[in-house]
Amino acid sequence: MAVKIKDELNVVGKSVLKVDGLSLACGKAKFVDDYELPECLVCKVMASPFAHARIKKIDKTRALQIPGVVEIITHEDIPRVPHTTAGQGYPEPSPYDTFTLDNKVRYVGDRVLAVAAETEEAALEALRVIEVEYEELEPVLSARDSMKEGAPVIHDEPEAHVIIPVPYEPERNLAAHVDFKIGDMEKGFAEADVVLEKEYETQYAQHCPMEPHIAATWLDENNRLVILTSTQVPFHVRRIVAERLQMPIGKVRVIKPRIGGGFGTKQEVLVEDVCAFLTLKTKRPVKYEMTRAEEFISSRTRHPQILNMKVGAKKDGTLTAISMKIIMNTGAYGSHALTVMCNSGSKILPMYNKVMNVDFCGDTVYTNMPVGGAYRGYGATQGAFAMEVIMDEIARELNMDPVEFRKINHIRSGEGSPVFAALGEGKAGVEQKIGSCGLDRCIERALEEFDWEGREERRKLAPPGKKRGFGMCILMQGSSIPEIDMGAASMKINEDGSFNLLVGATDLGTGSDTVLAQVAAEVLGISVDDFIVYSSDTDMTPFDVGAYASSTTYLSGYAVKNCAEKVKMQILKAAGDMLGVDPYDLTIENKKVTDMNGNSVTIAEVARRALYERDQHQIGAMASHITHKSPPPFAAHFVEVDVDENTGFAEVKKYVCTIDCGTAINPKLAEGQCEGAILNGISYALTEEYIFNKKGRMMNADFGSYKIFNTADLPEMKVILVPTYEETGPYGAKSVSEININGALPAISNAIFDAVGVRLRTAPFTGEKILMGMLGKNNGDPQVKPEEEAAAEEVPEENNAAEENNSNGNGVNNNNKNNGSENRKDKEGLSGEPASYGNYPAKKKKKR
Amino acid sequence: MIIQVKINGIDKEWDVDPGMILLDLLRDKGYKSIKRGCDEGYCGACTILLDGQAAKSCVMLAGQAHKRSITTVEGLGTMDEPHLLQKTFVEHGAVQCGYCIPGMLLSSKALLDENPNPTEDDVKEAIDGNLCRCTGYVKQIEAVLDTASIMRGEN
Ligand code: FES
Ligand code: FES
Repeated sequence: MAVKIKDELNVVGKSVLKVDGLSLACGKAKFVDDYELPECLVCKVMASPFAHARIKKIDKTRALQIPGVVEIITHEDIPRVPHTTAGQGYPEPSPYDTFTLDNKVRYVGDRVLAVAAETEEAALEALRVIEVEYEELEPVLSARDSMKEGAPVIHDEPEAHVIIPVPYEPERNLAAHVDFKIGDMEKGFAEADVVLEKEYETQYAQHCPMEPHIAATWLDENNRLVILTSTQVPFHVRRIVAERLQMPIGKVRVIKPRIGGGFGTKQEVLVEDVCAFLTLKTKRPVKYEMTRAEEFISSRTRHPQILNMKVGAKKDGTLTAISMKIIMNTGAYGSHALTVMCNSGSKILPMYNKVMNVDFCGDTVYTNMPVGGAYRGYGATQGAFAMEVIMDEIARELNMDPVEFRKINHIRSGEGSPVFAALGEGKAGVEQKIGSCGLDRCIERALEEFDWEGREERRKLAPPGKKRGFGMCILMQGSSIPEIDMGAASMKINEDGSFNLLVGATDLGTGSDTVLAQVAAEVLGISVDDFIVYSSDTDMTPFDVGAYASSTTYLSGYAVKNCAEKVKMQILKAAGDMLGVDPYDLTIENKKVTDMNGNSVTIAEVARRALYERDQHQIGAMASHITHKSPPPFAAHFVEVDVDENTGFAEVKKYVCTIDCGTAINPKLAEGQCEGAILNGISYALTEEYIFNKKGRMMNADFGSYKIFNTADLPEMKVILVPTYEETGPYGAKSVSEININGALPAISNAIFDAVGVRLRTAPFTGEKILMGMLGKNNGDPQVKPEEEAAAEEVPEENNAAEENNSNGNGVNNNNKNNGSENRKDKEGLSGEPASYGNYPAKKKKKR
Repeated sequence: MIIQVKINGIDKEWDVDPGMILLDLLRDKGYKSIKRGCDEGYCGACTILLDGQAAKSCVMLAGQAHKRSITTVEGLGTMDEPHLLQKTFVEHGAVQCGYCIPGMLLSSKALLDENPNPTEDDVKEAIDGNLCRCTGYVKQIEAVLDTASIMRGEN
C-alpha cells in the first residue's frame, strides 16, 4: 500500500468545506452554554482584591440566608491538593503550586471562595455580603523585584513542589530554571567583528477567545461526574480534576462540545474543579462561566519576558556566538513556567544553526501578578522578538541587507542544531535533522510579493506627515512534542458505507475535525461527507493529549491515517472475498473497491456483507501515534509601516506572510489559521497590554480599554502557502497554527526603525513610545528603574564568575546547594549541570 | 409586563420583567445562536437585528424590544435552506470557531439590505463592531463582498 504521490490526491490538499461550518453559521452548533441543564445552579467565584494576603476569616452566615444561595465553598470545605492547572502530559513539567481554594491569595483576581445559587443575582449578592478578613502581605509586582534578596516569598507553603527532576526553589520565588552551553562563548565573541548586547521586553497579554472559559458539571444516572467544558485538553481535564477531587479517573467523564476559540488559555484546568466540587456538594448541575473581566484578570496570560541577547558576527555576516538570557514572569502560579521559557530558546536558536557557540539561561520567577500560561506561540513569540530584532540590528551594523544576512545564516533541510537535543519540554530534547524546509522559497516568494527591491520607491510615496518603513523576519516553530505527545483515533463502518470517526483531538475552532476527516477520506477513497466526526468525549473517543503544541494535524493526523489504513485492509479483505481475488490486487477509490479486471463492489456493499450477510464482523479499528521529531514549519514575514511624525502612531499598511507548513491538508483553513495568527500578532505588537495600578490590579479588563484589532485596523494582508513535503507527517503535513503569531513583534519593530530610526525593544509599540524615541527621550530601550541599574549592571560579570565556579566545582554560591549534601535531584539543570542562576542579581550570590 | 415581539417573522408575547437584559431573555427563550462574549457592548457576539438594524442585545433591556421586530440567525436561514450569506461564509472559510459568526452575519445582512453594492470599506465598517479572534477578517470581508455580487446577479 504505497503512499500516493502528491498529485494523485483527491481529498488532501483541497479546500473542502468545514464539516461543522454550516451548523455554526446557522447558529445550531452547540457550545457549553447552549446546553439546557434542568435545575442548574449558577457558580460565581470571589476574586481576591489584594495581590498578596493571607485569609484570616471567612464569614458566610449572612450569605447563606439569601434566598437562592445553595452552597458556598472555601478552602476549609475541600481537600487541599497541590496541583498544576497546566493541562500538560503526565508527569507535568509545571510545579504543583496551586490549590482549588487556599488560605492565601497570591494576586489580584486569585480565587477566594465559590458560591452556587439558583440565580446569578443571588450568587452575586452572596459575594457582596460574605465577609472576608485578610492579612495583607507585601506584594511582589515585578520580575526583578521578585529576584531581590529578601523579597517576600510567594509560595511559602510546604506543599509546593515539582514532580520531575528540574530546578525549583519557591523559597526564593524561582519557579523554573534552565541553562545550557554549547561551544566556547569567549572564543566566539573574540572572533566577532561586531558584538551587540541588547535587552528586550515583552508584555502581558490575554488570548481573548470570544467564548470565555465555561464549564458545567453534573452527576449522571450512575453517579458519575460529567464535565461539559470548553477545553483544549479533555483528557488532561479528566485526570487533573479526578486528582483534585480525589476520585478515580473512571468516575469522571469529560465532554468537549464546540469551542469558541482557545489559543492556549483553554489548555488550562481553571473552571472545572470548582464546578465539580459544587456539584458533589449539592448533587445538582452547576455552571461556571467567566465574565470577560475574569477572563482577563483571573484566567491565563502570555508570560512577560525580559530577554538579554548578546550576538557576535563577522564582517562577512557569519555569526560567531549567540547568548540568550531570559527572565520570565509567571505571575502567582507556575503554569507552563518551565516549558514556555524553554521554548523561547528551543524554537528560536536552531534557526541560526551555523553558529557553534551558543548559551542559554532562563529563570522563571513568581510575582503577585496575573498568571502566565500557554498562549499560541508558546514562548517563541517572545524569543522571536528578541532574536529577529537583534539580527536586524547586527545586519545594520554590518551594512548588510537584513534578508541577505539571514540567508547566510538560517537553517536548511538536512541540517540539525545542537539546541534540539539540549532543550526539551521538561526533559532533554530530541535530536533531529530538518527534513522539509521551504524557508529559502518562502523568502524568495515574499521578496517578490512584497517587492522588497522596490521599497525605496515606495518609501517616497508615504503620505505627508508620515514616514514609511519596511521590516522583515523569519520564523520557525515545531509540530507536536516529540516522544511525549500521543494522539489516537478510532473508526467504524456503518451499513451505508459511512464511517464514524472518533478523535480525542480537540477541534476548538481550528477546523481539525475537517482536516482529520480529509486524511481518513484520502486513505479510504471516499469523501469527507462519508464521515461522522466526533471530538471529543473521554467516554467515547480514544486518548489524545489535546490541541496544543501545533500537534493536531501532524500527530493526531497520523493516528487517523494509521487507523484508516487498518480499516482499509479490512475492507480490501472482505471485498477480496466477494470478488474472489487477492486483496493486494484491489484498489479503493470513489467509494468502490475494484479489481484488475474492472469488477467492483461498493464500500456500502462491503459494509452490508460484513454486518449482516457473511463472515459477520465489525469493520473498524483504533490506532495511535507518537512522533520522534517535531518538524518545524517555516515562515517569512514582511511588513510595511507608516509612522505619523506628529503622534508617533504606527500603522501597518501591508503584511506579507509566506509559510511552509508542509502539505496544507486544507489550504483555505490553513490560510485562515495564518491570517488569524498574524492579526493577533499585530494587535499584540501595537496595542495589547495590561495596565496595572500600584497595587497590582489590572485596570483595563474590558474590550473598551484593552484593544484587540477589528476590521477598522486591518492592513492589506497576503498569506502565501509554500508547499513542501514532510516525510514524517500525514501526506507531508507539518503544522500551521502557532508560528505566524510570532512575526509581527520583530517585523514591525524593524520597520519602525527603518521608518524613523527609533529602535523599539519594549512592546507594545504605542504612539507614545515611538514619539518619545523620535524626540530622543528614550530610544525604545526598556525602562530600568534607577535603583535597579546598579544591580543590573553587575549581572554579566557575576555570570562569568558563576560559570567558572560551575566548571571548577569550588563555587561558593548557590550552586553549592546543588552539589553538596543538600543535593536534591530536582535542583539540577536540564543539561545535568548544576544550575548557574545566571539572571539573578549579583549581590545575592555574594552574600551566601 | 407582557412584551410583544415579532421574532424571525413570528409574533410572540412574553410575560417578563422589562428590566431583564434582552440577551438573557432571548437565550432563555431558546435563541441560542445569540452569543455572549463580553456582556458590555464591545464584542458584538450578541448582535441581533432590531427592526432591521444591527443592535447589541447585551446592553438592551427586554422592554426595549416591545412591539419591534427581531431577527436572529435562526431566522436567517436553516441548514437545509441557508441564507446566501451563511453559505458564502462557509465556502470562503470565514468560519473558524464560529462564536462571532452569528453576530457578524447579522451585521452583514443589515449592510446588504441597505446597500446592495458595498465597497470593501463599507463592509469593514459594517462589521467593525464584531470582534473575531480566530480569523484575520479577510475571508469574512471576501464572503460579504461575494454575497453582494451574487445577489446582484454578477456571479
Ligand atoms: S456580548 Fe454583547 S457586545 Fe459582547
Ligand atoms: S471565528 Fe472564532 S471568534 Fe470569529
